[in-house]
Amino acid sequence: MEFNQLVALLWKGSLETLYMVLTSTLCSYVAGIPLGVLLFITDKNGICRCRPVNLVLGVIVNLTRSIPFIILLIAILPFTRAVAGTTIGTNATIVPLVVAAIPFIARMVESSLKEVDQGVIEAAQAMGSSPLQIIVKVLLPEARPSLLVGCTIAFATLLGYSAMAGFTGGGGLGAIAINYGYYRYQANIMWATVFVLVVIVQVFQELGMFIVNKTDKRIRN
Amino acid sequence: MIRLEQVSKTFHLKSREVEALKQINLTIEDGSIFGIIGSSGAGKSTLVRCLNLLERPTEGKVFLDDIELTALSNGRLRKERRKIGMVFQQFNLLAQRNALKNVCYPLEIAGVPGNQAKERAIELLKLVGLEDRMYNFPAQLSGGQKQRVAIARALATEPKYLLCDEATSALDPNTTNSILELLKEINERLGVTIIVITHEMKVVEKICTQVAVLNEGEVIEQGSVQEVFLSPKTKIAQEMIYPKPKYDNRNFHGKVFRLAFGGQSSSEPIVANLVLKCQTPVNILGAGTEDIGGKAYGQMLLEFPKDEAAIAEAKKYLDSIGVHYEEEDADGI
Repeated sequence: MEFNQLVALLWKGSLETLYMVLTSTLCSYVAGIPLGVLLFITDKNGICRCRPVNLVLGVIVNLTRSIPFIILLIAILPFTRAVAGTTIGTNATIVPLVVAAIPFIARMVESSLKEVDQGVIEAAQAMGSSPLQIIVKVLLPEARPSLLVGCTIAFATLLGYSAMAGFTGGGGLGAIAINYGYYRYQANIMWATVFVLVVIVQVFQELGMFIVNKTDKRIRN
Repeated sequence: MIRLEQVSKTFHLKSREVEALKQINLTIEDGSIFGIIGSSGAGKSTLVRCLNLLERPTEGKVFLDDIELTALSNGRLRKERRKIGMVFQQFNLLAQRNALKNVCYPLEIAGVPGNQAKERAIELLKLVGLEDRMYNFPAQLSGGQKQRVAIARALATEPKYLLCDEATSALDPNTTNSILELLKEINERLGVTIIVITHEMKVVEKICTQVAVLNEGEVIEQGSVQEVFLSPKTKIAQEMIYPKPKYDNRNFHGKVFRLAFGGQSSSEPIVANLVLKCQTPVNILGAGTEDIGGKAYGQMLLEFPKDEAAIAEAKKYLDSIGVHYEEEDADGI
């Protein structure tokens, strides 16, 4: 394969990958944040203690998290077809990515919220805040730096998962690495793909940390 | 008025039960600065949390101006809580909000429109002397400044009551004094009733009018600061209020007296007069007195020679100027 062909291939793959990963990160956060908040507030020291809800959610989250992604990917193919209308291509890959990421993100959101000083929550309660006000005005803003760090981790993890989806006909860089590198023994293309993936992870990681450091008010600057 | 009726709180831990509060009866009158003093583990923090129901008592009732807080729904309770501001040892400011926004928070949740809230917040920051640090974040403020912001925040909804849970315990002595001055000013100027939880005698001495001594979950003494501090009735209160200066009794052959000063003019040279009047040399074994607003507070340990006549004379003099005294036990320490 000629060089500019390779570049064109990788460029297309990168765009597909970014599309898949960014969309699925976004979608999983839409569901993961409420779920993480729910896990946190229903916990035994939470602001809306509710053991049954906490227990059920916890079990569901752990179950989903313990299924290896490659198995989940195949297991939910009927569901994927029902949602996306197909099981191949980038759009179809977003479905299992979101399903796998939601419980994972929920746990990360929960652990970020646990870092919020209990005293601050107590102060908010003493001032007469409702649970919703505490969540929206205290918990989430105070946990913002930690949530952003979690977001960069989720992004990198989903990037890895998206590459696995290459095995079942998902698009993007993963499919290129598998189709050219694995099935056709074109190791150089595989390495080129890996290199691009490393660059993407690096860029997003740095960008995430840059935003965290810029916006965290606990840092004196 | 805040009134506690037979309030008990028991914590159920895994291995055992802890009775943090035992049938507390307490009335806090409007306009006072009420001190609750006790050593750590006495139940002070639990008690103050029972006043605004951050901690629900296991038994008993809490009244706020004749509204029974313990009987309210969560929604009503939240509204009532806005009448009670609270300040904490660790300040508990929102780290991601600047000083101004921190003070705005209670107004925001009470539904006060943004502009009005900001105006009020600025006014309050001026009151606590921080108008030039409005846009600083908590991480950029010193401990004393953080506590000032916290006080401004607690006052935002114009509460009638202010609870201070060890509000000065994380601060150095000078900063402590300035925060206490501020609290006193707030009490006098705004008429806010202040409830101060502390393990430090000095805090109570300096600003409180009423005091309750808490020990192992029980109020063992209660009354005006003068009353309780001058003549603590229980042994525990005595030890808490006047930790005995250590001295080795074997080296002294005379009689040891403990004098308690409770508001005599600090310009009066009491010890010197005593020596002159009784014509007997006294030995000062230990002293811890303080001048509060021109009045002497504290205690002093004096050794008199074993001379009954001189001692009788001395007692007469002390009685005449109204200094309380007590003969120390022979074993001293």
